[in-house]
Amino acid sequence: MSTNHETVPFEEAMTRYEPIIGLEVHVELGTNSKMFCSCSTTFGAAPNTQVCPVCLGLPGSMPVLNRVAVESTIRIGLALNCDIATWCRFARKNYFYPDMPKDYQVSQYDEPLCTNGWLDVTVATDEGPQVVRVEIERVHMEEDTGKLTHAGGATGRIHGADYSLVDYNRAGIPLIEIVTKTVIGTGSLAPAVARAYVTELRDVMRALGVSDVRMEEGSLRCDANLSINKPGEGWGTRSETKNVNSLRSVERAVHSEIERQAAVLDSGGRVIQETRHFQEDTGRSISGRSKEQAEDYRYFPEPDLVPIAPSLAWVEELRATLPEVPSVKRARLQETWGINEFELATLVNAGAVELVEASIAEGVDPAAARKWWTGELLRVANERGVELSELPVTVGQIARVEALIADGSLNDKLARQVFEGVLAGEGDVDLVIAQRGLAVVSDDGALLAAIDEALVAEPDVAEKIKSGKIQAAGAIVGAVMKTTKGQADAAKVRALLLERLGVSE
Amino acid sequence: MSSVDADLIRQSASVLAAAISEGEVSSLEVTKAHLARIAEVDERVHAFLQVTSEAALAAAELVDEKRRSGAKLGALAGVPIAVKDVLTMRGVPTTCGSKILEGWRPPYDSTVVARLRAADMVILGKTNMDEFAMGSSTEHSAYGPTHNPWDLTRIPGGSGGGSAASLAAFEAPLAIGTDTGGSIRQPAALTGTVGVKPTYGGVSRYGLVALASSLDQAGPCARSVLDAALLHSVIAGHDPRDSTSINAPVPDVVAAANRGDVRGLRIGLVKELGGAGYQVGVLQRFNEAVELLQGLGAEVVEVSCPNFEYALGAYYLILPAEASSNLARFDGMRYGLRAGDDGSNSVEQVMSISREAGFGAEVKRRIMLGTYALSSGYYDAYYGQAQKVRTLITRDFNAAFDKADVLISPTAPTTAFKIGEKVDDPLAMYLNDIATIPVNLAGNCAMSLPVGLAPADGLPVGLQIMAPPMADDRLYLVGSALESALTDKWGHLLIEEVPSL
Amino acid sequence: MTAITRQEVAHLAKLARLDLTATELDHYAEQLAVILQSVARISEVAADDIPPTSHPVPIENVFRDDIAYPGLDRAEVFAAAPATQDDRFRVPRILDEEQA
Repeated sequence: MSTNHETVPFEEAMTRYEPIIGLEVHVELGTNSKMFCSCSTTFGAAPNTQVCPVCLGLPGSMPVLNRVAVESTIRIGLALNCDIATWCRFARKNYFYPDMPKDYQVSQYDEPLCTNGWLDVTVATDEGPQVVRVEIERVHMEEDTGKLTHAGGATGRIHGADYSLVDYNRAGIPLIEIVTKTVIGTGSLAPAVARAYVTELRDVMRALGVSDVRMEEGSLRCDANLSINKPGEGWGTRSETKNVNSLRSVERAVHSEIERQAAVLDSGGRVIQETRHFQEDTGRSISGRSKEQAEDYRYFPEPDLVPIAPSLAWVEELRATLPEVPSVKRARLQETWGINEFELATLVNAGAVELVEASIAEGVDPAAARKWWTGELLRVANERGVELSELPVTVGQIARVEALIADGSLNDKLARQVFEGVLAGEGDVDLVIAQRGLAVVSDDGALLAAIDEALVAEPDVAEKIKSGKIQAAGAIVGAVMKTTKGQADAAKVRALLLERLGVSE
Repeated sequence: MSSVDADLIRQSASVLAAAISEGEVSSLEVTKAHLARIAEVDERVHAFLQVTSEAALAAAELVDEKRRSGAKLGALAGVPIAVKDVLTMRGVPTTCGSKILEGWRPPYDSTVVARLRAADMVILGKTNMDEFAMGSSTEHSAYGPTHNPWDLTRIPGGSGGGSAASLAAFEAPLAIGTDTGGSIRQPAALTGTVGVKPTYGGVSRYGLVALASSLDQAGPCARSVLDAALLHSVIAGHDPRDSTSINAPVPDVVAAANRGDVRGLRIGLVKELGGAGYQVGVLQRFNEAVELLQGLGAEVVEVSCPNFEYALGAYYLILPAEASSNLARFDGMRYGLRAGDDGSNSVEQVMSISREAGFGAEVKRRIMLGTYALSSGYYDAYYGQAQKVRTLITRDFNAAFDKADVLISPTAPTTAFKIGEKVDDPLAMYLNDIATIPVNLAGNCAMSLPVGLAPADGLPVGLQIMAPPMADDRLYLVGSALESALTDKWGHLLIEEVPSL
Repeated sequence: MTAITRQEVAHLAKLARLDLTATELDHYAEQLAVILQSVARISEVAADDIPPTSHPVPIENVFRDDIAYPGLDRAEVFAAAPATQDDRFRVPRILDEEQA
């Protein structure tokens, strides 16, 4: 196991190399039952309680295909602008592994159900938003494997483990693999394109309602293939990075792999074709098994399942059930929210579209909803290295804070402190306000006292205001806000100040 | 046909069923008689791997009680039956003749077993077979060979030698077999019994431990054509648990067996199945049967199926390929034999050691062959080409069935050979199935029934009748007519001539 | 094309997870060569334009409804397991010593 920590800084690497990316995304379908048997697919059940002779691969058992799994796959294919096969079969992929009860995986090999699609994604650049078309090579069906837990040894990882334990609840859950064609010419945008693609794909799945697409639960998994080459030269050898478990990691994985491969090539080495495992903590990947001796999977048509031949009528029936395409939906949101493409791209890249939409549905002003999710909250999410949706802040809380601002109980600065408390786990909005004593000082007497104090301290400024230079009022308002520790309504302070000095605007 | 008590074990299933239904004899008496017979002779025949006496007696009592209470009973209610050990039966050891599955008790019933139970039949136990149904002699059973009741030094055919021998030894009136390349028909031929491979998809494969999924088919084994038809109608029909199961009505095989008529039927003699390589006595009895059929009013025509000569080659690529994949699951992780797990060996090593220890020579040979046929670089030349040959064989059948309603041939090229004679000569062993394999490749149906004893060795000879897919009734129409004519000639069924053990 | 070396047999045995003995390797190398030579006759058939048959009976579109039913009881799941721990199947370590 070699772990090469040497890297070339990204910007520098991009001056010498061009990256080529390819993404393989696995999506667990949210069907009630498994792909080939009637076992439940509920996440988090006690180990080996959702298994039967079929998904345990017991001798004599036989698979029967879940109709909804096929329909979901066709709908995904249609949403990704694919051609739907008129006739296709399953194949057996033969290899031994203890998480696979039959020691072969039922998958689709040379006859995928959907082929030749595309998905447009938008990335933010210095010159504004840019649309990149990611071409889809295929969308195919397969069955998931069981879950291995490595035990003994020090780390709980496969390396150094004394033995492993297998839970087959996941074995046989319908899995869709979506494979892109190679994406070329994205240059230093490659990491952002990778992230935007997976984000967009996730939104499409969510809109279709075919999967809960939770990366943290593994219902959406991404493998990132990457190679780099010098301009004008042939394509380099690609590595495949697995274990990329969040949108942010997709971007980081591509970013760090470019830096790693650049260092290898710069030092005169050669990139080896291998599987690498992304490490969330370091943001880098470690080498897995080498693919130099390619596995011989001995694919052949699965004789226990009959061919699938979707009729045109069936496909059209499914097409009619497609929801609004996320990109179309975004055009509509841009219009109704009154924002430009760049602002929308920011929302999309932040994974904030649904959150903003939900906040508005709770009565929050569109601009305020955007401000919170892409401002303060996004900053915290990035700081913590999590998705926005994973933050312990709800749209209900945003609505409550906005209501309090509207009735003058909170101001912007106090609202930030409220969220700081909520994010720190201090409780719900009202509890944080009560415990931190965060209320706008609305007692005129207290405010006037503070104003008088500030005017005494700054006699020159007072004179200026009196002489009509109203813009100078800011300095006094600032001083008052300071003495009240921000718990005053700045507009009110200003009004009281002008009134005190007998000046009108 | 009333004196059933004379000798319960020698009666046909149809007679037993009628007698039980009329209350002339109880299922318990019939079951006890067969269990006693098994206890008496099976040490020498070794047809059974497992005798489920207690469960059988309990099932028999239940049927008798149901009958007394006036409940509606199935056509074969109370009749005992033996089941090949390749079909799962809840809670009863299912070994497939292999050490790797020794002691494995499935937690579920195969559909065939479930239908036998639903028809109120009494399951006596599980019969011996070549390991994972790979073989034509039952010598490849990990639990020792089955002996042919006609001559205990000879093989009963395979892989379903146990089921066929149990009939010929009067240990059971009916049995279930499975046929991937002839494993029902060839043992039937070698033991003087009747065996049918139904149309692929006609009988559910759910719970049939797969050898080659695209070739396997379970079917009835009996001592007469009518008995086979009765059993066929119990086990056949659509099963939603088997995706390859045909969703259409089962041809009325019982009516066809009762009718037994070949007048005006065109019977095709397959030119490529006969002649060189076939034992003289086999051909003699076969030719006599052809004359008999002509005498009964059938029109006999010669048909040619030129691609049949490639059937054996295609079969010995497709079968091992599918088998290598089907048998991968026997890795010692979830059930079955685990060997070499000493705490230091890796999972790959433990799987390899377990499979090495648990599989016999023929199984390993075919797994290797199949792994080779599927591996990259060889797939097109071997597996891919074999699947194309398969298409050509189906086309040959289609052309032949344009000229004839059924086709016939000898079932096996020879009569039963000596135990040990061919056991490590795979090619010689494979030739046993030369006439039966084309049907499995094309998916249509066929029957073997006895047509006499070869003069030189006095051993049974079988004739194979082949019909188009889902025309299983034609097998019974022709088989029944031929069987009646032969019975008239001999004065009894051929099986009556089997030596007493 | 039908000659098969001892090394090839060893490779096949590894792919198929069979820990064959040296004697078996020699024996199978010999027998597989004979069998392959015999089955290789199918290459004589001109079949370039012939579609392959993977399923003997032409059935298509067989599906089940997406309804979940309870599976096996735990006791049945583990009844035949060679080793279990914490309600899971216990299997030997995945990696070989040189990999670990």
